[in-house]
Amino acid sequence: MTTAAATKTEGDPLRYLPHHDFYSDDKLRRILSSIRTFAMVGASTHWKRPSYYAMKYLTNKGYRVIPVNPARAGDEILGEKVYGSISDVPYQLDMVDIFRSSDEALEITKEVIANKDEKGIRILWMQLTVRNDEAAELAEAAGLEVVMDRCPKIEFGRLSGELSWCGINSRIISNKSLRPPR
Amino acid sequence: MSSTPIDEVVSNIPGGEETPHEYGIETLAVHAGARPDPVTGARSTPIFQTTSFVFDDADHAASLFNLQTFGYVYSRMTNPTVAVLEERVAALEGGRGAVACASGHAAQFLVAATLMQQGDEFISSRNLYGGSVTQFGVSFPKLGWKCHFVDPTDPENFRKAMTDKVKFIFLEGLANPGGIIVDLEKVAAIAHEFGIPLVVDNTLASPYLCRPFEWGADLVLHSTTKFIGGHGNTMGGIVVESGKFDWRQNDKFPGLGQPDPAYHGLVFAETFGDFGFTMKVRAVALRDYGPTLNPTAAWNLLQGVETLPLRMERHCSNALAVAEWLQDHPKVKWVSYSGLKSSPYYELAQKYTPKGAGAVFTFGVKGGYDSGLAVVDEVNMFSHLANIGDTRSLILHPASTTHRQLTEEQQIGAGAGPDVVRLSVGIENVNDIIADLDQALAKA
Repeated sequence: MTTAAATKTEGDPLRYLPHHDFYSDDKLRRILSSIRTFAMVGASTHWKRPSYYAMKYLTNKGYRVIPVNPARAGDEILGEKVYGSISDVPYQLDMVDIFRSSDEALEITKEVIANKDEKGIRILWMQLTVRNDEAAELAEAAGLEVVMDRCPKIEFGRLSGELSWCGINSRIISNKSLRPPR
Repeated sequence: MSSTPIDEVVSNIPGGEETPHEYGIETLAVHAGARPDPVTGARSTPIFQTTSFVFDDADHAASLFNLQTFGYVYSRMTNPTVAVLEERVAALEGGRGAVACASGHAAQFLVAATLMQQGDEFISSRNLYGGSVTQFGVSFPKLGWKCHFVDPTDPENFRKAMTDKVKFIFLEGLANPGGIIVDLEKVAAIAHEFGIPLVVDNTLASPYLCRPFEWGADLVLHSTTKFIGGHGNTMGGIVVESGKFDWRQNDKFPGLGQPDPAYHGLVFAETFGDFGFTMKVRAVALRDYGPTLNPTAAWNLLQGVETLPLRMERHCSNALAVAEWLQDHPKVKWVSYSGLKSSPYYELAQKYTPKGAGAVFTFGVKGGYDSGLAVVDEVNMFSHLANIGDTRSLILHPASTTHRQLTEEQQIGAGAGPDVVRLSVGIENVNDIIADLDQALAKA
C-alpha cells in the first residue's frame, strides 16, 4: 500500500504543503476527542470493505458516522441512512472523512467548504493513501483544519493503545497508561 | 470535551508539534511498547498467563473474529505480554509491526507460509545457520517450496538465480558462522527490481548494530533466543514488517493483495494498509500453524532486551580484542571477523555495522578437524554448546555439530569447514576470555 510520500499531489510545487508530512499525537488526539458526529464520504454497504470496517469500529467507540455515497443513497449501513451528498445530510457534522481517491478529494473538498457554515464542519480528514494538497490549501484558506493520509480508526487505535495489542509500533513512549481520545 | 491533561501526558513530541521526536535505540530498548498497566499501574510488564480473553458481548466477539476491532481473543494469536515484546522489537528495528513466535525457525516458517503457495520458490544466501540450510533445503521442499541457494558475496548471484516463481530473497546480513557481511543495499535493489521483498535474518547483528530496513530490507527476522533475549534462557522468534513494501504492485502475492479465502474474502494489504503483512501472519499463519510464543517466555525476552545496547557494546569490544589476539597466535591459521582490517568484509562492516561487527566469528586452528575439537574440549570458561548470543562466552565446532547434517562441500560453502571453531564472545572480562583460549590452544 502506498503512503504519504508516494501520493503527494503532482504538478505545481506550490501545492505541496510540508506541514502535512507529519501530524503530532497531540493534534490527532485533540481532533479525535473533539468530534462527535462526522460524515464518511465513500462509505460502503459491503461488510468486507475497509470503509465498512472503519465505520463499524468508530461507531462502536461512540462516534456517530453518517454514510455518504451517491450510488447507495437511501440504503442503510450499520443502522444509519446513506445520503447522496454532504448537502443532503440533515445533521450538524463536526468532520468529513473522505474515503475516495486523491483525485476525487478536490471536488468533495469544495462541497465540504460550501456546506461548512450550515453544517458546522470544522475538520476535513482524508483517509490513509488519500492526499490532495490543492484541496487542503483551499480548505485551510476556508478555515478548516485538515488531516490527510491517515485513517481515523488506525489513529484512534494507536492513541488508545489498542493497535499495540496486535504488535503494531505505536511510536508512543509514555510513563502513563494510554487512554482513548474521547 | 476536555482534552488538555491527556494531551500533555501522552505526547510523543517533547519539543512541540512540528517535527517527530526520534527516540534513541537505548531508550526504545527500555520503553517501547511498555506503558504502565492501565488497571494496576504496574510499571514492569505483567505476565498475562492466560489462554483466553472474555468478550464484552456477542457483537464484540463477532467483530473480533471478523478483525473489525482490535482486541485479545486467544493467546495462540495475541497476548498482552507477547504484544509488548512485538512492539518493542518493531520499534528497535524501525518497523511498522511485528509477530513474535516460538523460535527463529518458526519465524522463517511463518514468512515462507505467508509468501508462498505450493510450487513457489525463493532464493537464499548459502551462508546461513546450518539448521536453516536444512530447513530450506530438505524440509521446505516437502511442502512444495523450492530454495535456490547462492553465494551471497556477489549480489549479482541473486539476479542470476531469479525465476518467475521466486517470491522473496532471504539472507543473514551478518552471517553465521563465518564473519561474512552481505551487501544489503545491492541485494535489496535486485529484489525490488523483480517486485519481491528482501527478508533479512538480523539475529547476529541485532538492531543495535544494523537496522536492515534502512538499507531497503522489507521484512526482518530474529531468533530472539540470541542477542535480543541475550541470556541463553529462552527460545523465541519474531517477524518484523517495514510497512513500505507494496504487496499489490503485481500478482505475486495473492494472499495479501487479493481476497483471502482463509479470512472470508478479506484483502489484507488493503484493509490493514501498511501493516497488512503483520495482520496476515498473525491472523492466518500463526492461527493455523500455531507456533506461539508463551507469555512467560515473552517476559524473559523483554527483560533481556532492555539491556541490548549495553550488552552489544561489550560483546563487540570483547570480540574485537579476542579476534585481534587470535590472529597473532602461532597456532591459529586464520580468523574470520569482519571487524578486523585484514577481513575482506571490513569495508562492508564499516558501512553496515559501524558500531561493531558483532560477537560471533570463526577461526581455523592449525591441525584441522582434530585440533578444532581439542580446543573445544580444553576450554574451562567457554561453554561448549549449540547457541550464540548469550552473556557467557560460547564455543562450538560447527562441522561436528550445528552443520553436521551438511555435506563437506556445503559445510565449506557455509563457512563451517572441518578446521573451523566458532566463538560467541560473551560479556565477561576480556582478559579472562583470552586467558581461557590461550591455555586451550596451548594444549591443542
